[in-house]
Amino acid sequence: MKSLMNLIIMLIGGAFFGFGLAESGMVSPRVVLQFLTLKDFGLLLVMGGAIAVTLLFYQLTPRLLRKPLLDGSFDKRVLELDSKVIIGSALFGIGWGISGICPGPAIAALGIGNFEVIWTLIGIFLGAYLQALWASRNSKQCLA
Amino acid sequence: MNHLFPSGWEQFLIGGFSIGIGVSLMFVATGRVVGLSSFFSSSLSWFSKLPFLQQPSLVDSRVWRLACALGLIIGAMLWAHYFNPAIYLSNGISPLQLLIGGTLVGFGSRLSNGCTSGHGICGISSLSLPSLVAVMIFMGFAIATALIMSLLNGGLL
Repeated sequence: MKSLMNLIIMLIGGAFFGFGLAESGMVSPRVVLQFLTLKDFGLLLVMGGAIAVTLLFYQLTPRLLRKPLLDGSFDKRVLELDSKVIIGSALFGIGWGISGICPGPAIAALGIGNFEVIWTLIGIFLGAYLQALWASRNSKQCLA
Repeated sequence: MNHLFPSGWEQFLIGGFSIGIGVSLMFVATGRVVGLSSFFSSSLSWFSKLPFLQQPSLVDSRVWRLACALGLIIGAMLWAHYFNPAIYLSNGISPLQLLIGGTLVGFGSRLSNGCTSGHGICGISSLSLPSLVAVMIFMGFAIATALIMSLLNGGLL
């Protein structure tokens, strides 16, 4: 029962997310590229609006509640600043600049019927697989 | 204002708030910090036995990450049901560009452990310095790349 509730929450949370991506035009490479070529600064409002709400809940909730409403514990995003973060972000940025599509909108674009973006979806799966291949090989070298 | 936001500003702010509400709901109810690039690796764990893809953090999260991705599609469908999606259907770039860009997006975001949502929204809201650095790097590279591409295309975009 609890795990079902869990999935329903992920579905509803995802739906708010997808609705927002569609409403803001992030699902359209054209709109995103207008921002990345500095012709329309609207995407700063999308990021700003999303961060304003999230920052509030991420910072306040763990202080007000001992645990999440459906049990479990509050995740902490722990990340070290290493060469992988820097190189990965640079590659991601280049790809985003070429296609105008990042992972969330690539998924949500299906919902508004922008099926051409399936090319990007295929590309992201391919890229994620290549990264996994690369990471698996590297960790083997470490073990040996 | 008008030259910064030639197509208006309301839809951007409302969209951003809606994204924030979704991310916050998932956090308050389940404690999860949800970025979207992980979905691609966690879904690959169903099909590939690569050690990297079989790590518990991906295998254990693949069902709820899939539910979240379905939610994204449903939310966008709901939007398209009430509003006119036609303006967002013409992309103006080639499928090859979409594919090559996507591959770099997939590789890069998985290598750096986050994308626009993971580093951008979740990371900054977690006051994570590495994520802030990641955002500045990918924004810089994305803007530089898009400007170069638009010059190469004869400034069509």
